[in-house]
Amino acid sequence: MTTLLQALAFLAPWEFSPLLFVSCVVALALYLRGLGRVPAAQRPRMGRRIAFFSGLALVYFVMQTYYDFLSQHMFYLHRLQHLVLHHLGPFLIALSAPLAVMAAGVPARIGTRPFERFWRAPATRLGYRLLQNTVVAPVLFVGLIWFWLNSRIHFDAMLSEPLYWVMNWSMLIDGLLFWILMLDPRTRAEGALLGFGLRILIVLAAMVPQMLIGAHIALSERDLYDVYAVCGRAWDIDPLRDQHIGGLITWIPAAMMHVIAALILIGRWARSDRNLAGREREASMSRAASVQGGGT
Amino acid sequence: MMPRRSRWAGAALAASVLLSACGGGDSVRTHDITRLVPALAFSLEDDRGAKVSAQDYSGKVTLLLFGYTHCPDVCQTTLAELAQTLRASGAGSEDARVLFVTVDPARDSTAVMRAYAQAFGPRFVGLRGDAAALDALTRRYRVSYSLGKPDAQGQYEVNHSSAVFVFDRDGRARLLFTPKDAPDAMAQDLRRLMFGTAAAAG
Repeated sequence: MTTLLQALAFLAPWEFSPLLFVSCVVALALYLRGLGRVPAAQRPRMGRRIAFFSGLALVYFVMQTYYDFLSQHMFYLHRLQHLVLHHLGPFLIALSAPLAVMAAGVPARIGTRPFERFWRAPATRLGYRLLQNTVVAPVLFVGLIWFWLNSRIHFDAMLSEPLYWVMNWSMLIDGLLFWILMLDPRTRAEGALLGFGLRILIVLAAMVPQMLIGAHIALSERDLYDVYAVCGRAWDIDPLRDQHIGGLITWIPAAMMHVIAALILIGRWARSDRNLAGREREASMSRAASVQGGGT
Repeated sequence: MMPRRSRWAGAALAASVLLSACGGGDSVRTHDITRLVPALAFSLEDDRGAKVSAQDYSGKVTLLLFGYTHCPDVCQTTLAELAQTLRASGAGSEDARVLFVTVDPARDSTAVMRAYAQAFGPRFVGLRGDAAALDALTRRYRVSYSLGKPDAQGQYEVNHSSAVFVFDRDGRARLLFTPKDAPDAMAQDLRRLMFGTAAAAG
């Protein structure tokens, strides 16, 4: 009984954020409602559904449970939190490509019209294309990691509640933008902003600076983030050990996510090429057949 | 709990942090926490057993720190350094107060706190509260403390924050001292806060 109560206490938010709570609930509700409404043929497979639910659950868990407190008071747990907010969570959500299902879940009273109008507005289009530009997207992705890991800025972000939330929201939103751009299931001809080849290049290029940042932290013999000593760690641990684990998390699992993304993209690229070749062969065969038919 | 406007405040803050990081024209030698940390607010008991709140210290520059009297060395060193810093800054008894909040109220009784605080001088006040009051305060200033494992005699250590939060005469958070800050840097920043000038008095 006490363990159950302890577990429940762990799941209670440390600093409740109405905005995050409502965002997660609305996303979940739209997706669940949409699942029941899309035609069976278009319903996403189990793997994609699991990706969506686990991505959303992970994001919620690291921001709205006692885990959030722990990541404020232990550097490596903070790095794990950002790995979820910037990589794993958005990666899984983007992999599930949930927008079509969520759109089907919008109640008829509201309809998808307001969203479409917003989406088609020139300002939205321009802003989105700017953020999702070939150069801007990876620079923003790596730049944010670098920015919040600057010793001085990190110090302030861990002291100030508003700044802390800005940090975590910026990581989450940028993670979603980046992985939605990278893992778009469509080819360029079908409407994706970037082709598969370019995306593979971006995803691998964005990996290298992160490895450098992670390695710098993991191999440093200087306490770079003294804010954890100043504010008190969640439990007793050698500060350098904490920092080294945190550096390794920034370095290796993050890089692995980029490799996985590249492999997924290579697979999709090959499949889209095969499909294209198949369609061309069919087309030429039917042309040949019609020519033959016309000849007799 | 986070009011909506504080999110905008946060965005503005992020921008100002970015600017100050690029500018580097900072005259504070310790850490400037203006607008980063909430104003001084608490409800605790002082080392004479009287209920006190931030209002009781308004008009004075207030230094807030956490610790416990059984602390093996850190707390004593920090408090002794603060005593030295206050002397060096020329603070009169009406200018500054050091509020030492115990994270170990079980062992630190009112009498123990009074004896401990007074050893460092008349400007030092020991504060204690129950677990709820203490947790509210540590949560407000985003610091943590945790009890270590008791030894055979039942003695234990407490991991706690080493920060010294400095509030101006109106109770606004202004400076943060860490163990890395040199006493003369702390004294200089305190002088500016108390007297509006960094120059040593007399």
